[in-house]
Amino acid sequence: MKRFSVDLLIGAIFAGGMILAVLSSAWTFPDGGEAMDLAARVRPPFANWAHPLGTDPIGRDVLARVVAGGWVSLTVGVLSVLGASIFGVLMGLIAGYFGGVWDMAVMRWADVQLALPFILVAITFTAILGADQYFLILFMIIAQWVQYARVVRASVLSLREREFVQAARAMGLIDLAIIWRHLLPNAFGPVLVLMTLNVANNILLESSLTFLGLGIDPLTPSWGGMLADGRTYLQTAWWVSVFPGIAIMMTVLGLNLLGDWLRDRLDPRGG
Amino acid sequence: MVLVVTLLVAWAVRLSGDPAVMLAQGAGSINAQDLANIRTGLGLDRPFSAQYLGFIGGMLTGDMGRSFMGGTSVGLLVAQALPRTLLLAVSGLGLAIIVAIPLGVHAAVKKGGMADQIIRIVSLLGLSVPNFWLALMLVLVFGITLRWLPPSGAEGPLSLVMPTVTLATILAASNVRLIRSAMLDTLSAQYIMVARSKGLRDWVVLYKHALANCAIPLLTYLGLQFGGLIGGALVIERVFSWPGMGSLAFDAVSSRDYPVLQAVVTVLAAMIVAVNLMIDVLYRLVDPRIRKE
Repeated sequence: MKRFSVDLLIGAIFAGGMILAVLSSAWTFPDGGEAMDLAARVRPPFANWAHPLGTDPIGRDVLARVVAGGWVSLTVGVLSVLGASIFGVLMGLIAGYFGGVWDMAVMRWADVQLALPFILVAITFTAILGADQYFLILFMIIAQWVQYARVVRASVLSLREREFVQAARAMGLIDLAIIWRHLLPNAFGPVLVLMTLNVANNILLESSLTFLGLGIDPLTPSWGGMLADGRTYLQTAWWVSVFPGIAIMMTVLGLNLLGDWLRDRLDPRGG
Repeated sequence: MVLVVTLLVAWAVRLSGDPAVMLAQGAGSINAQDLANIRTGLGLDRPFSAQYLGFIGGMLTGDMGRSFMGGTSVGLLVAQALPRTLLLAVSGLGLAIIVAIPLGVHAAVKKGGMADQIIRIVSLLGLSVPNFWLALMLVLVFGITLRWLPPSGAEGPLSLVMPTVTLATILAASNVRLIRSAMLDTLSAQYIMVARSKGLRDWVVLYKHALANCAIPLLTYLGLQFGGLIGGALVIERVFSWPGMGSLAFDAVSSRDYPVLQAVVTVLAAMIVAVNLMIDVLYRLVDPRIRKE
């Protein structure tokens, strides 16, 4: 049992630390990392206190940009997962509880989506609709709600036949009350695991699309965008591309550890 | 399925902007007549349904049309790019499997031990690293600092090393986890106990008896992953300037080159569907019980 708590600790420190740093960036770096100090261009990291992680070739502080750039990644990751899970859970509850035509419609649609090579279509669509974070969020919701719907449907199908649900029905509770009070809380565990892992995944997806110039507006500071900039300076200023990557990795690793820990907690048989 | 994808893409690329304007921008002064001429030349004056049906008809007869930029045959462009992407995908997958099998098996055998923990942490790290960043770091260390490997392009087999390693990292990481859990399931089966009590050597039991029974979940997972594998390859190609389907697609996106983009998406989508069909066939070969049904 020991390793579970170690996972939790490391995951919480990494993910929590990054999230706190990003959330507090409005106070710690009010300029959002945009201030240019032309007198101090291409400063290497760990050399002086004014710029702990160095500066890029136009004199912007790398630390400030890494912290401020996390905003976009976290916004996209969290909003896309919230949207997809709310819609997906709803559809899964409907499909699982009412069955029949509802079930058929939702699940056939889900099958089509799961078979589509969505990364490919994502690249095409984001290229076309423009680099905009709200399009990206919308796109992730459309692509991912299916996962939640399937998970919820599966648990509802087995819960529906359990005694406590039948008892609730025998007591004359209306469908809505049964779903809300009895099905949803019991089906929520796997959804929470999926949500945690998907925030991590979507942060990765967002940063790689942005890196390719297909995600977020290049003028907004973001981890993927910094890495795209850093790529051109790789020969002269390696630190510009090293630190945003470490920021992504820590956030994603932290969330993955938390997700794994949650899964082990909720399903003691696995792992 | 492939039809749905191509229809979506064909419709979407046409929302993205007018290639005639892009083409004409290079030509100095232009008027409305010039633009109309370019459109007629490219077949863009026809209604969308006619353009789309023409594209599907061409695809079925093996003619993918011509690129808007320079008029090269799209078939030729794809024929040059596709083998390079496949080479990258196959070598990445191969390396990933070579690395993942022994690690996954070892982790399952030593469940809960030190080695299991280390393998678990390393594979989690591999899953959390953005692959394009890993690619950049490899370029920085081996391409720029040490100068052991060419940082980009496709000149000889050495150019393949870094893209392959990058692609293999995430694949190996996820496969280690899968192999470990599949092995844990099989190792508790009775036939494993029988094999052990026959006095077979450990590695025969593990790699012949147990691993064979992990083939089904592994195959299923590979099928699900193939789309992601191709997607990952496309991104990595971009970082290493590897002239495959990814580079072709991104260039086509930025120049609104509809025929090329449509062809790339259609070919890749068809490939993903084909791989999944192939895996269904492989099931039958691997597991005789499925053959009987």
